[in-house]
Amino acid sequence: MRGQKMLSDKDRIFTNLYGWQGADLKSAQARGDWSGTKDITAKGRDWIVEEVKKSELRGRGGAGFPTGMKWSFMPKDSKDGRPNYLVINADESEPGTCKDRDIMRHDPHKLIEGALLSSFGMGAHAAYIYIRGEFYHEAVALQKAIDEAYEAGLLGKNAAGTGWDFDLYLHRGAGAYICGEETALLNSMEGKKGFPRNKPPFPAGAGLYACPTTVNNVETIAVVPEILKRGASWFGSIGREKNRGTKVFCLSGHINNPCNVEEAMSIPLKELIEKHGGGVRGGWDNLLAVIPGGSSTRLLPKSLCDTVLMDFDSLREAYSGLGTAAVIVMDKSTDIVFAIARLARFYAHESCGQCTPCREGTGWMYRIMQRMARGEAEISEIDMLLDIGSEIEGHTICAHGDASAWPIQGLIKHFRPEMERRILEYRKRLAA
Amino acid sequence: MSHAQKVHFEQPKEFKFSAANMKKIESHVAKYPKGRQASAVMPLLDLAQNQNDGWIPEAAMEEIGRILGMPRIKVFEVATFYTMYNLQPKGKHHIQFCTTTPCWLNGSAEVVSACEKHLGIKLGETTPDGNFSLSEVECLGACVNAPVAQRNGDDFYEDLTPENAVKVLDALKAGKKPAHGSQTGRTTSMGVKGATCLHEQAEKCGVKKC
Repeated sequence: MRGQKMLSDKDRIFTNLYGWQGADLKSAQARGDWSGTKDITAKGRDWIVEEVKKSELRGRGGAGFPTGMKWSFMPKDSKDGRPNYLVINADESEPGTCKDRDIMRHDPHKLIEGALLSSFGMGAHAAYIYIRGEFYHEAVALQKAIDEAYEAGLLGKNAAGTGWDFDLYLHRGAGAYICGEETALLNSMEGKKGFPRNKPPFPAGAGLYACPTTVNNVETIAVVPEILKRGASWFGSIGREKNRGTKVFCLSGHINNPCNVEEAMSIPLKELIEKHGGGVRGGWDNLLAVIPGGSSTRLLPKSLCDTVLMDFDSLREAYSGLGTAAVIVMDKSTDIVFAIARLARFYAHESCGQCTPCREGTGWMYRIMQRMARGEAEISEIDMLLDIGSEIEGHTICAHGDASAWPIQGLIKHFRPEMERRILEYRKRLAA
Repeated sequence: MSHAQKVHFEQPKEFKFSAANMKKIESHVAKYPKGRQASAVMPLLDLAQNQNDGWIPEAAMEEIGRILGMPRIKVFEVATFYTMYNLQPKGKHHIQFCTTTPCWLNGSAEVVSACEKHLGIKLGETTPDGNFSLSEVECLGACVNAPVAQRNGDDFYEDLTPENAVKVLDALKAGKKPAHGSQTGRTTSMGVKGATCLHEQAEKCGVKKC
């Protein structure tokens, strides 16, 4: 597999990712935001959706669904008077992920302009941004940018001179990972508990207030203006087929230079860690494993990290996934079983409790994993963990149940001997 | 699921929003379409919590239900579902440590134990003078600046070590407001070693390149 070469600075979209410059409207305009917005909408709704389709942009929130296709599910004309809505998912809570945070606090106008253009493309006159409650300062920064945009006539009646009336609102959450699931988010926005909904109906048919709704991630919407301004072919020239464009990666864990960075899709994982992450603590050979796309993706042992590319398809072939592109690096000093047991606790804590397999199963898995970390378990319980996982997977309303099983599956696939060794060692200690 | 809290045993009989908050309530309700005012239940619970020294009494839920035309139980359901709503009084500074895997890999356990030792309380407890409460939360979403803690649901303290975390506590104790963000002087989510990309902008802004 040949990876994509590193992104050159001229192809970067988020030029203020680190907040070196102001997040205000004037600074954003100097960086190119809000230029030619009117000319884009003049090309029409269909052109926008088509161009996004052509760019092969896939959702940046984790599932990687083709964005243009998602938009095309929205009804063209309202036959019964129900409005269309765009809801932007800023409930960034996947362990390892902190990319949308930087976009909202440092480059908010990219998101706001994207919201206008995307909503125009989908025929929505109103959009809501659902931001996680913990992001207080980010919400303040984003609200400031929204207020500025209203004052400058970029939002509201005849937004940015496009002839399109468009309102954008910020809604703060209050601490629930599950609200990142799109239908739980919609329930939460309606003033209910964040319980995921059964599908169908899909949000494009009946979403927010039972109106046609598209839910997109912050990064997805924030890259839309650049795609439309520079053209789908520019975006499509970065990355491999079906894995196009740039992506903000979050590099955390045992590396010398943890950071967020926008890079080309399909960049080799090793290059990403060495060039931007400053290398693994103690050198590449000190690497134990990497969780490549946030806590829900299965870990990769070092042998796979040597060659894998950071995109949807390459990581799927490696029995993992790109997820939110949050790279969690673990060196050889890591207690890998505990690291995954801690994630099992996360999923048990964040299960909304609506479906029995997930509510009970995540707790069972966590309690077994806790003992596994100490070695206080039976060898047969390793397979029992897999059994519980497969009983949860596919038997719940939303993907939280599936996601809770994946990290444990990854651990068992690649570190079963380590789990067995611990159990035998614990027994030996007990006998002595 | 495991964050279901009990309501406090001592409840005020009455709760009224301040005039300033009533104004804010109006602007929150105005964000949602007519008849969908229940959507404002989350911002209203947040306002109630801030007005009532960091926790939500039952009377406030009743009042919110009245304002929004919602049954009290619906407000109660929301208040008990989300972790950021406190149904019990907390210390003046409620410090919430993230201990999920990315923070744990970077030493959150050591940060927590240093703070516990410094204040003489454990996670889930409040100091006798009511100044500090410590608790553990799941991923706060600032993982490249791990380990992270949050104060009263707003300020993030990032890049914590046992030493600088204790300094933050001491500053709060002394009535100061320590700067939020990185505690090691790092620029947001940029690597400590400097900019690995955007070199032209870095030069313009006087940022160290790497």
